[in-house]
Amino acid sequence: MVERVYREEFGRVVASLTRRFGSIDVAEDAAGEALLVALEKWPVDGVPPNPGAWLTTTAARKAIDKIRRESHRDAKHQAALMIEDDTPHEPTGPVEDDRLRMVFTCCHPALAPEARVALTLRLLGGLTVAEIAQAFLVPETTMAQRITRAKKKIAGAGIPYRVPSLEDLPERVAGVLAVVYLVFNEGYLSSAEGTSVRDDLTTEAIRLGRILRALLPQVPEVTGLLALMLLTEARRPARISADGTLVPLPEQDRGAWSRPLIQEGHALVRECLATNRPGRYQLMAAINAVHTDARAAADTDWSQIAALYGQLAAIDPSPIVELNRAVAVAELDGPEVGLALVDRLNGSLSGYHPFHATRADLLRRLGRSAESRSAYDAALALIDNPAETAYLTRRRDQLALG
Amino acid sequence: MPQYFLAVNHDEASDAEMATKTMEDFQPIIEAVDAFNTALRESGAWVFAGGLQDRESSTVVDATGDSPIVTDGPFSESKEYLGGFWIIEAADLDAALDWATKGSQACAGKVEVRPFQLEPEA
Repeated sequence: MVERVYREEFGRVVASLTRRFGSIDVAEDAAGEALLVALEKWPVDGVPPNPGAWLTTTAARKAIDKIRRESHRDAKHQAALMIEDDTPHEPTGPVEDDRLRMVFTCCHPALAPEARVALTLRLLGGLTVAEIAQAFLVPETTMAQRITRAKKKIAGAGIPYRVPSLEDLPERVAGVLAVVYLVFNEGYLSSAEGTSVRDDLTTEAIRLGRILRALLPQVPEVTGLLALMLLTEARRPARISADGTLVPLPEQDRGAWSRPLIQEGHALVRECLATNRPGRYQLMAAINAVHTDARAAADTDWSQIAALYGQLAAIDPSPIVELNRAVAVAELDGPEVGLALVDRLNGSLSGYHPFHATRADLLRRLGRSAESRSAYDAALALIDNPAETAYLTRRRDQLALG
Repeated sequence: MPQYFLAVNHDEASDAEMATKTMEDFQPIIEAVDAFNTALRESGAWVFAGGLQDRESSTVVDATGDSPIVTDGPFSESKEYLGGFWIIEAADLDAALDWATKGSQACAGKVEVRPFQLEPEA
C-alpha cells in the first residue's frame, strides 16, 4: 500500500524538489528518505489525507537537512552539482507542472536513447533501478551506471530543467512520445527470450501516457499515443494463446478484448481527430479503432484502414506503412493485388520479418505452397520472439501437411 | 555563465571532400563563418575561436619524464582530429546547441559540443 502510493506520487515529489533545490540527485535521495519515514509512520498512523503533499514536505525537510550538513563540508562541490533554472516563472497553465519539466529533461535529445527511457521510468515513473534493470534484462549495475552517467551529464553539460520554447516544443514533444512508445513496445513486442509480454512496461507506458495527456491536453499527438496504447493493450488478453502461441488479429477471440479500454480509446481517437491536425500516433490509433470496432474479423472496414494507411504514408512515408497498406488492399482487392504491392518492398524490408510473414500468408492464400514455405522460413530466421516463432512454425507446418 | 567548447572535427571523409574543392568553393563558407562569428560577438556569447593549421604541422612535447622530449607529428594517429573550434558562453546546453546548429550550417561540418569543467567558486 505504502509502495503503491509512493510510486504514484514519486514523480511529482522528485520533480517539485528538483525545481526547488536545483539538483536531481538531492531530490531523488530526499524522496527515498521520505519513503523510509512513510514506511515507518503510515502503517501506525494511517495514510495521510494528501499523501503527495505529505511526501513532498517530508522530503523537502530531509533535503534541507542534508544541504545544511553538506554545506559545512564542501559548499563548492555542492554548488557544482546544482543545475540552474533562471527562467522567469511565467503562468503557463497546466504546463507549469514540474513533472513536465522533468519529462523534457529526461527525454532530452543530448542523452542516449536508452538513458532517456531509463531516466523517464526512474524519475517520472518511480520505478527502482532494480525494477528497470529487470524489465530491460540488463544487470542492475549496468542500469545503475547508465542512470548515473545520464544524471551526471544533465548536471555537467547544463541540460536545462524547463519546458522548451514554443518554437522547439513540437519536436521535443515528439521525442518524449517516442520514449513512451518505446517503453510500451518493449513491453508489448518484447524480443527477450521466454517473455512475450511484459505487463510492467506496458502498464508503465500507459501510466506515463496518461500523465502526459493531463499535462499537454492541447497536443493531439499526445492524445493519439494514449489512444493507440489503450487500443493495443485492449486486445492483449486475446493475443497469446494458453500454449504461448501468438494469435493473429483475424483469429483472436474478440469477446476477450477489454471493452472499457476500447471505449476509452475510441473516445480519445474521436477527440484528437476532431482537432484536424492528424499525426502518426493519431492515425495509428484510428487504424486500431477501426479494427476494434468490428464485431467479427469479417466485418472489418478494410477500405477505411487502407485509406488511413494511405494518409499515414503521406505524412510519414515508410516501407513498413506500405506493407501494412498492402495487407489492407489484399483484403479489399484480393491477395494477388496485395502481393504485387508487397513484392515491390523486397530489398528495403528483406531484413524485417513481418515482410516475409505477410508474403508467406498471401502466397498461401494463392495456393503457391512451395514459395509460401520458403517465405515462412525466411521470416522464422529473423525472429527471436517465442510466441511469434510458435505461430509461424505452426502455419508453415500446416502448409507441409496440406 | 557556463562555457562550451564547440569543436569542428575533421576525418578522412571530410579531408577527401575538401580536396575536391577549389578556393572559390570555400568563399561562401568563409563568409558564412564570418557572419556567424559576428553574431556570436554581438550577442556576447563569443569567448574565443580559431581554425588550426594542418595536423602535419603539429609538434608534441612530453615533459613527464626526466628531460622533455620533443617529437614531430600529431599526438595520436586517430582518424578524427580537431580542425577548428569556438569557445562560447551559453546559459545552458540548449542555448549552446542552438549556437552549434548555426555554426555547423556556417562551416558546413559537424560540430561537437563539450561543456568546460565548472570553475570552483572563488
